[in-house]
Amino acid sequence: MNAPVKSEGFSRREVVVGAAVVGGALVVGCSPADLMSAGSKVEVGAFGPFIRFEPDGFVTVISKHVEFGQGSHAGLAAIVAEELDADWAKVRVEQSPANAKLYGNGALGAQLTGGSSAISNSWEQLRKAGAGARAMFVEAAANRWNVPAGEIVVKDGVLTHASGKSAAFADLSADAAKVTPPENPPLKDPKAFTLIGTDRVRRKDAQAKVDGTARYTQDVHLPDMLTAMVAHPPRFGAKVESFDADAARKVAGVVDVFEIPTGVAVVAKSTWAARLGREALVVRWDEAKAEKRGSKEITAAFRDLATGKGPAEQKWESFGAKGDAAQAAGGADAFEAVYEFPYLAHATMEPMNCVAIVDGNSVKLVHGSQGQTLDQLAAAKIVGTLPGSVEIETLFAGGSFGRRATFNSDYVAECVHVAKKVGGGKPVKLVWTREDDMKAGYYRPLVVHAVRVTLDKDGLPATWRHRIVSQSIMKDSPMPSKGVDQTAVEGASDSPYLKATPVVDAQVAFPEVGVPVLWWRSVGATHTAFVMEHTIDQLARKAGKDPVEYRRALYAKAGADRHLAALNLALEKAGPKASAGWTRGVAVHESFGSVVAQVAEVKLVDGEPRVGRVVTAIDCGVAVSPDQIAAQMEGGTCYGLSAALFGQVTLTEGVVDQSNFDTYRVLRFAEAPSVETHIVPSAAPPSGVGEPGTPVIGPATANALLALSGQPTVSLPFVRGA
Amino acid sequence: MAASLDVNGKTMSVEADPDTPLLWVLRDELGLTGTKFGCGLAQCGACTVHVNGDPVRSCVTPIAALSGAKITTIEGLGGAHPLQQAWVKLDVPQCGYCQSGQIMSAAALLEANKKPTDEDIDAAMGGNICRCGAYQRIRAAIKQAATGQAIPVVAAPAVVADPAKEADIDEAISAASGATSRIQRGEVR
Repeated sequence: MNAPVKSEGFSRREVVVGAAVVGGALVVGCSPADLMSAGSKVEVGAFGPFIRFEPDGFVTVISKHVEFGQGSHAGLAAIVAEELDADWAKVRVEQSPANAKLYGNGALGAQLTGGSSAISNSWEQLRKAGAGARAMFVEAAANRWNVPAGEIVVKDGVLTHASGKSAAFADLSADAAKVTPPENPPLKDPKAFTLIGTDRVRRKDAQAKVDGTARYTQDVHLPDMLTAMVAHPPRFGAKVESFDADAARKVAGVVDVFEIPTGVAVVAKSTWAARLGREALVVRWDEAKAEKRGSKEITAAFRDLATGKGPAEQKWESFGAKGDAAQAAGGADAFEAVYEFPYLAHATMEPMNCVAIVDGNSVKLVHGSQGQTLDQLAAAKIVGTLPGSVEIETLFAGGSFGRRATFNSDYVAECVHVAKKVGGGKPVKLVWTREDDMKAGYYRPLVVHAVRVTLDKDGLPATWRHRIVSQSIMKDSPMPSKGVDQTAVEGASDSPYLKATPVVDAQVAFPEVGVPVLWWRSVGATHTAFVMEHTIDQLARKAGKDPVEYRRALYAKAGADRHLAALNLALEKAGPKASAGWTRGVAVHESFGSVVAQVAEVKLVDGEPRVGRVVTAIDCGVAVSPDQIAAQMEGGTCYGLSAALFGQVTLTEGVVDQSNFDTYRVLRFAEAPSVETHIVPSAAPPSGVGEPGTPVIGPATANALLALSGQPTVSLPFVRGA
Repeated sequence: MAASLDVNGKTMSVEADPDTPLLWVLRDELGLTGTKFGCGLAQCGACTVHVNGDPVRSCVTPIAALSGAKITTIEGLGGAHPLQQAWVKLDVPQCGYCQSGQIMSAAALLEANKKPTDEDIDAAMGGNICRCGAYQRIRAAIKQAATGQAIPVVAAPAVVADPAKEADIDEAISAASGATSRIQRGEVR
């Protein structure tokens, strides 16, 4: 069920091991986790790395995952609290320190929040942690009261015995800490859950996030702290040739100006002074190795490749082969389409930033770290220390959507370079402006798909030829993965539609382009879901079939029961008729182990598509926190819709055209849909929620527009020009 | 250069150039970091504060323009403002970074308009971006704070099906219609 996540995980794991060696932690004969945590001073308490009992009666659940909006802190705490039978009102969440061995992601190896895996990779681990601690308390109480352990009841953080004896966690924690933790504590029957799956699982951070006290990287103020801004080259791949810092140094508050690998840093006593200093700076760039193509030229080159007009020496890799490929290339009356997708910026609300303190070869980072292990490796390499010795205080992050997890920890490394030069243990806060953030790259790749499908006598696909041209995300890793880069083909390679097609010839090419690319909420599905789902609606039209019935037939053929169940649930909840004046479109897609189906109602307002009611059904296994699942469907839909309607980063002669929200248009209030969420009942272990809600709304909207106008959508965004 | 500002009812003296945007004075000089930096160009609304009751983007407002003005930041709202309570009740925040600005814009709206319509909300909140896409819940929270009436919040019991029946799609769907009707959010718009 989790096949795509798993295969991606393997390659990421390999990457991290490679980086550990590069980082200087040459510890031979150790596990990858040992390598990545070498030098760590993190200590574990009596109840393990995830739970602490406080004197005030609270239980602290330690989250190995960053909270950047996805709601994992609440879900992770609920898993522990459920097995522990804690009082949910007396549960706090604390962010773990950095340690790959203790806090590594079970799906990815390194300590990293990604792949919509926070809940799924923690499910067994935290249930056992909670159940283990509970058993320690029960044994401690049994010993103290001299009663059989089996007669003790735990409820809302209180242990009781029929004899009338009773004690809270806080009263017993000293005794319980001395009990040997059980190896395999019994876990609850899910039918006995009283917290998981209920509306009592709520965010623990909401109050802090409405009264201004929630602490983000941008809010860090430390004694003697300096603020840095960096002048970056206008084109990717350019280097500093020379710079004139005289005017910058004259700006009041500017402390120093110096070159670092990514540009020229201006260090000042305040953010505003750093900004004024950087404006006064004059830099000449060496652009000999810079990418100078525009996005039009890159798109044209990709299109040529996808349609067989590109250079013959381009390497192609298969992501699906069944039957005779020549058959897929031939056959009369084929459906053919070429789809173009632009670069996309993550455009988090909090632009990238980091605080670093470097004193000799000791490093501390304070920031909204998404990939703590990656950040440790990058920092360790710069200052020459063991990765595990790099201390990280992980804060809330003002969004990420993938941006805060780069293989080279780009902006974190930049901050460490500045802090190393400043030295002496002086804290340095690196601040990127919105413009820095927008122009820095690490975009969702520009992608072109070419699809050619012939239909059988029943109108179902008989042959399917698929070509994808994209930059490779995994190529930028220190150790490229073996096999096809799944991040470019996931969602197509595992599509039930290809499974239901007898002859398949699917290939992908990864041309070299100098624009940095990265995963972007739902990764490959951002384009594969669109191509597969919009193609299916067009094939249904060609076959003279209803698109819903067409899908049902293909799901039956492919044995895609979960797709069918999600589709049926969404349709049932949507009811038989669209709201007056609106046209419906349907799309279904599986990503990160979860299947999402949406029925979207669309109309044109001043020539632009407007999405109103969106009925969503998700199968994500056991629903740990239904309200957070609904929130992620609402938010994921907005994120996907924003990109589909307006999102595009373009380049002219290698220079990014967009700079701020005036030129990179995003979804605003009046354009936001109303999303209803329904959860398919399931006893399967939890699967992803943060990303699967994102890729479905684009094709659902395109399918509604197809129904409305008869016109397919062959490139995104729907609306051009900011 | 010394300047005097009236922030959250207190007179504050700051050392800053008159051209400095209020945002950076609040954050770097006064330690009021609830007001966020998002774009620096009055495009996203994360830096919204009140100046004499009006919503203002502090990232483009130089302090020279604020002599004698009453400035209110998110910290000045007290933490238990009806909007803040509604925000918590509906679990509006996700990453939370934009929410100070959202709440300040909404607070100014409710001061001027006790019963805003959807169109009023679109107009008043159009300058505030939320990249997490919490718009639907923000809208519900504004209405809840305005009317004092509870907007139905999620009430979903466990949706765990009997594993033995997992393969039976029809049964799963019929079970779902009961379990999932309790997590509808369709009424909030």
